[in-house]
Amino acid sequence: MPEVTETPLPGVGVRHDFTTSAGERIGVLVHRSGRRELVVYRRDDPDACITALHLNHEDSRVLAELLGATQVGEALAAVQQRLEGVAIDWVRIPAASPVAGSTLGQGEFRTRTGVSVVAVIRGDTTFPAPGPEFAFEPGDVAVAVGTPAGLAQFAQLLGA
Amino acid sequence: MRPILSAAGGDAALAFIELGAVVVGLALLARLAGRWGLTAIPFYLLAGLAVGEGGLAPLDVSAEFIGLAGDIGVLLLLLTLGLEYTADELRQGLRTGLVPGLVDAAANFAPGLLAGLVLGWEVEAALLLGGVCWISSSGVIAKLLSDLDRLGNRETPAILNLLVTEDLAMAAYLPVMAALLAGTGAADAVATVAISLAAVAVILAVALRWGQHLSTALAGGSDEALLLSLFGLTLLVGGLAEQLQVSAAIGAFLVGLALSGPVQARAGALVGPLRDLFAATFFLFFSFQIRPATLVDVIAPALLLAAATGATKLATGWFAARRMAVATAGRLRAGTALMARGEFSIVVASLGATAAEGPELRALAAAYVLVTVTGATVLTKHVDLLAARPQREVRP
Repeated sequence: MPEVTETPLPGVGVRHDFTTSAGERIGVLVHRSGRRELVVYRRDDPDACITALHLNHEDSRVLAELLGATQVGEALAAVQQRLEGVAIDWVRIPAASPVAGSTLGQGEFRTRTGVSVVAVIRGDTTFPAPGPEFAFEPGDVAVAVGTPAGLAQFAQLLGA
Repeated sequence: MRPILSAAGGDAALAFIELGAVVVGLALLARLAGRWGLTAIPFYLLAGLAVGEGGLAPLDVSAEFIGLAGDIGVLLLLLTLGLEYTADELRQGLRTGLVPGLVDAAANFAPGLLAGLVLGWEVEAALLLGGVCWISSSGVIAKLLSDLDRLGNRETPAILNLLVTEDLAMAAYLPVMAALLAGTGAADAVATVAISLAAVAVILAVALRWGQHLSTALAGGSDEALLLSLFGLTLLVGGLAEQLQVSAAIGAFLVGLALSGPVQARAGALVGPLRDLFAATFFLFFSFQIRPATLVDVIAPALLLAAATGATKLATGWFAARRMAVATAGRLRAGTALMARGEFSIVVASLGATAAEGPELRALAAAYVLVTVTGATVLTKHVDLLAARPQREVRP
């Protein structure tokens, strides 16, 4: 990732610029009005720039989409590949759950089902990566990752 | 409006015809200026000379009427200037621009002050001339930078930060001068200056601290309501500031500063056209009062002063740009752009109306602004042409 420099321009807006991997310095000047200028710095005078494009709000959105479109596609494909065969599930612990009050360690879920509990949501708070000493309470929602079969077993153990 | 117009001696019909003709004339000048890529201020000043006393076609319309419209023009100029900046930008600009700002003040205020003293003027008038030479024109320079596609350049933040510090310095300078001009004795003057500075500090602190509430209060309602509340508030605060001898213009500037967020943007768009109308009247009225004979007398001093302070502004821009590690070409671009003096120089000079050397100061300031605006525009465009050509075209 190239380092992006931010420069405030009082009364005008803000300018962000960075050097591309090809060594060209380019920048985006955002006016208060939302109007944008795409500028390219000159090689013979690195302090001066040529305004390559004047963009209004709509233009910038379209340009950003065009520039980002293929990247978003690639990234999505990569995520799907990595998650092939792995599922994620949200399991609520009922009031009469056999595991209510017992800890993650006592439940031995990973040994028995191959499922990992990556987070627990309790009311408005989230406990990311709970340790073996974490005790379930009725009403908690366990966020679990594993094979589809493992997740079904896991839900059964929780009494859901 | 009618009583003021009738007070001029003529009837309303004649007044409307005269005013209408003048405004249409200003419109033509503004178009011409636009076509040449210049700001319209010098043209308005020339138009004022033409219709003023002893000019080509003197007007009969009451000076009182045009004068009041002109005063409102100053308030709106300052209001929109205040609207340009957010509180954060002011703090940031002041932090990075303090040292260049001090150099700017020392290098450009001193020549004007000296020139005034050499001309044998009173100290107050000489101090005003210092102010005329000190402050670059944010309006002219912003237009130049935008027209020449220089906003992305690396020397541009140096220029903009200098303009911010100058505008803030005005918030202290204008009330001090107003107090000095009103004061009778030395002890009296010190007291009034202290009071006016304290008032400015208090209003500035209130504006920056609680401006948010004002913005929220004004945010609701139609554009019409917002325009009227802004206009009324500006006149009110300006009038109160004037009562405290803080200068109405600064009151208006602080109202603009206090606004932030979406209201700030809306207000800027709404007040802009109104400002253009009244500010044109202000520039017109300013030179309206200049006798062409006085102008002829000040041409030589104005040229000398423009040359001297052109050099000091160039040095200031050079210094400020060098602090940002900008190379020679950029330093020259910054220095030449900063040479333009405009609306603030005229506002400062109009403060001196009551001083003994008022007429000379007025004429000198008008000539000086004419010379510096055209000089800076031509020079800074030329610097661009001198700079090396780009090595390859950027294709759209």
